[in-house]
Amino acid sequence: MSAEAVKRPDRQPDASTVKQPYEAVIGLEVHAQLRTRTKMFCGCSTAFGARPNTQTCPVCQGMPGTLPVINRRAVEFGIKTALAINCTVNADNRFARKHYYYPDMPKNYQISQYEEPLAEHGHLDITTADGMRRIGIQRLHLEEDVGKLVHEGTLETALSSQVDFNRAGVPLMEIVSKPDLRTSEEAAAYLKALRAILVYLDVCDGNMEEGSLRCDANISLRHAGAKEFGTKVEIKNMNSFKNVQHALDYEIKRQARALDTGERIVQETRLWDPDRAHTVSMRSKEFAHDYRYFPEPDLPPLDVAAAWIDRIRGTLPELPAARRQRFMMAYTLSPYDAEVATSSKALADYFETAAQGSRNPKTVANWVLNEVLRVVPPDDEKAIAACPITPAALQELIGLIEDGTISGRIAKDVFDKMLASGEGARVIVAREGLTQVADASELGAVVDNVLSTHAKVVEDYKAGKKAALGFLVGQVMKWTSGKASPAVVNALLLEKLPKL
Amino acid sequence: MLTRLTVHELGARFRSGEATPSEATRAYLDRIGALNPKVKAYLTQTADGALAEAAQADARFRSKCPLSLLDGVPVGLKDVFCTRGVETTCGSQILRGFRPPYDATVVARLRAAGAVLLGKLNMDEFAMGSSTENSAFFTTRNPWDLSRVPGGSSGGSAAAVAADLAAATLGTDTGGSIRQPAAFCGTVGLKPTYGRVSRYGLIAFASSLDQVGPFGKDVADTALVLQTIAGHDPLDATSATIPVPDYAAALSQGITGLKVGIPNEYFIEGLDPEVEAAVRGAIATLERLGAEAQSVSLPHTEYGLAAYYVIAPAEASSNLARYDGVKYGLRVPGARDVIDMYSRTRGAGFGAEVKRRVMLGTYALSAGYYDAYYGKAQKVRTLVLRDFQRAFEHVDVIVAPTTPGVAFKLGEREDPLQMYLNDVFTIPVNLAGLPGLSMPAGFTQNGLPIGLQIIGKAFDEATILKVAKAYEAATPWRERKPELEAR
Repeated sequence: MSAEAVKRPDRQPDASTVKQPYEAVIGLEVHAQLRTRTKMFCGCSTAFGARPNTQTCPVCQGMPGTLPVINRRAVEFGIKTALAINCTVNADNRFARKHYYYPDMPKNYQISQYEEPLAEHGHLDITTADGMRRIGIQRLHLEEDVGKLVHEGTLETALSSQVDFNRAGVPLMEIVSKPDLRTSEEAAAYLKALRAILVYLDVCDGNMEEGSLRCDANISLRHAGAKEFGTKVEIKNMNSFKNVQHALDYEIKRQARALDTGERIVQETRLWDPDRAHTVSMRSKEFAHDYRYFPEPDLPPLDVAAAWIDRIRGTLPELPAARRQRFMMAYTLSPYDAEVATSSKALADYFETAAQGSRNPKTVANWVLNEVLRVVPPDDEKAIAACPITPAALQELIGLIEDGTISGRIAKDVFDKMLASGEGARVIVAREGLTQVADASELGAVVDNVLSTHAKVVEDYKAGKKAALGFLVGQVMKWTSGKASPAVVNALLLEKLPKL
Repeated sequence: MLTRLTVHELGARFRSGEATPSEATRAYLDRIGALNPKVKAYLTQTADGALAEAAQADARFRSKCPLSLLDGVPVGLKDVFCTRGVETTCGSQILRGFRPPYDATVVARLRAAGAVLLGKLNMDEFAMGSSTENSAFFTTRNPWDLSRVPGGSSGGSAAAVAADLAAATLGTDTGGSIRQPAAFCGTVGLKPTYGRVSRYGLIAFASSLDQVGPFGKDVADTALVLQTIAGHDPLDATSATIPVPDYAAALSQGITGLKVGIPNEYFIEGLDPEVEAAVRGAIATLERLGAEAQSVSLPHTEYGLAAYYVIAPAEASSNLARYDGVKYGLRVPGARDVIDMYSRTRGAGFGAEVKRRVMLGTYALSAGYYDAYYGKAQKVRTLVLRDFQRAFEHVDVIVAPTTPGVAFKLGEREDPLQMYLNDVFTIPVNLAGLPGLSMPAGFTQNGLPIGLQIIGKAFDEATILKVAKAYEAATPWRERKPELEAR
């Protein structure tokens, strides 16, 4: 797809953050650690959190004489993702060496891809306040991660630094968007949509805090309607959705102010400092690295057969967009509810499990979206998996409402009690005697009692003040500690009132 | 004298019980003790390990179950191969004291065959050179004339075989580093097809050109060692999956009707007349043995050297980036910061030739120069390969001099360009990834060996070995030995 074909928004960036005349041009580079068992070019484990340098071998330590061997599974994950974001997979692609000196990089070059990436020319549709937008994907390529420097104390005061190579060689997938994003909200929406796909495909755990998903941004401003791009600035170190949005908002303001005062924007890399909520200059492009890329001679070109791609295409799971559509059709969810319910694979799976066999999936959706999301964030897989109320437990609770055992109001209390104790709904309802009273003779006595003690209200009702009925229902509920069936109480009142 | 025997002869004595691996190993260790101070082939000797390995081989022969034809045979390794627990320097100060935690695949294969490791052999630093004068430690001497170089970069490996300081050795050839020292020292040396032998554990100089190969006292020994080390290795993605033929079987075949190509471009001005005469004589011998000689043209030969000196340094500049003082080898203390540590370490750890090539290669890969240098050199490389492919449509092997001249004196070639010209006949073979062998084709009046180069089609080492064996059998050259004891 060409850049021209991308739908350009006509509107301005958020007026509160930017003075009217500017439009932001944003592109994101996302690095995703692939969930392969072993590293990109050797057999070492990729598990996170092991003691330093215990998951290394001569290859990932860059020992003399060692050679890389491509992890087929990592390539498969790359192809899977490429297909999911509508990229063309290059039949002939190649690894290249990217050179720069840094102690966390064992060979002082990174095996990456340059002129011949694994896949190119894709797109991803995102939902914004103004509807759907199609964001172009420039390329997707594979590379190896670097190690980590461990300083004694802070970088400034440390007497020495140690290197941990456990992460060195972990497979990374870099996905570069076209400069199609126009606001920080769109950038966040794009990142969320991309993350959801990676997690749906089970190729990356999507954990931004642990660094298994990282995002850098390129951002420039230009006068609205201008065709030329402004000078771009690269922003790094944004390790959450919120940080991405805040950093971009800050940078839009900073650049707008600079342009207003006629200052020249310097092409540079800036670091987002979340504590001080600003970006600081890291290095200017005047001192930019010359990476001296050249084709990796230790690896033959990667020949991706069409049959292999087809086989992988056949294993693609249902992706967020398709699932959203299905939720709208099959469960009659509103577009908004379907969007939220599919915002992560974990949440969508949770909903579908809870809705299994339900006569009223819409009710289940309401419970998930209103109550469950009160306690877990929609895109936090770990929290959803660890939620004390499992889909089966929620199903049990909703079942109690549907068979009339408890009222919806009582159910919310039961929900909170389940959350606190981890017990099942049935157990709590039985122990605390919360079963709904629907017996007309039992409730008839209470209704009679209420009617006799509130003669004035009865008069009002008879005089045409229909709202008085609600008060009377409330009184019956109060008498029964909320256990009375509202439907039965209503019917009884409507039966008895005309007779008085 | 056990040290004079070929691998095949030695193996026969082990099997018959006339000699044991321990006796052979002790004989070699004694000879190394006596003559290595003159020849200076070994950088590191592993006498204790060798005797222990030999004792194990003794036991295998006693119980009549040797591992292979190489079992108990004392061999030496160029110091470019990683050997578990044994210092591996690559001829450089920057790797002084480096003990790899693993064996190179070829080392593992030799060990699995029962070979006894005598030690690590001298070389030009990081295999960059043609004389071993670039070794950070000392220069190896040519056993035929101790005032002359043995060639390089695998000079220690060639000299050790020529001086009977090992039964066979391994070297590497990036631009001629096996064939040129084999020519200078009068041994057989074979550079296999790129991909025939695993490079895993071979300390890289130029990854797309480096290839491991054997030195032997004769053609049959060379074939046997190749048989042992060749074949696909899952640890080297560039190693070929093509099956390895039985090289010993190829040796016994005649060469009647075999077509031998003589490349016009290899008989040029500057070629030593004695070398030319010997090579022309060898061609006549091959014709007498039934081969048909015809001239062929390799028109891009003259550009090979220039392309090589872009590609090899470019890859070297990348491969040598890892020597930074962080992880292993040398670290010069007292640095202010990490950049200072890199500068001090690399400044002190690398010799002049290595620095020259790292700078050349870094320049060639720089933004804005890549297309003009590296890109263009790769195109030349393709043209050189096509030359060979066209020639091989008409002939089975190509025969040429290995080098323009014979072994030169120590310190005689101070101009790096003069030194580079040594490799003008060997480099095109590396650029094309083809197999090439050098073997003795006579001696100069001063008694210096002259090398004959036999170049084959990709993965057709068998035909090269067949021609070499036929020529060896028809000539007296391999009977001659340098007389080191007398001097």
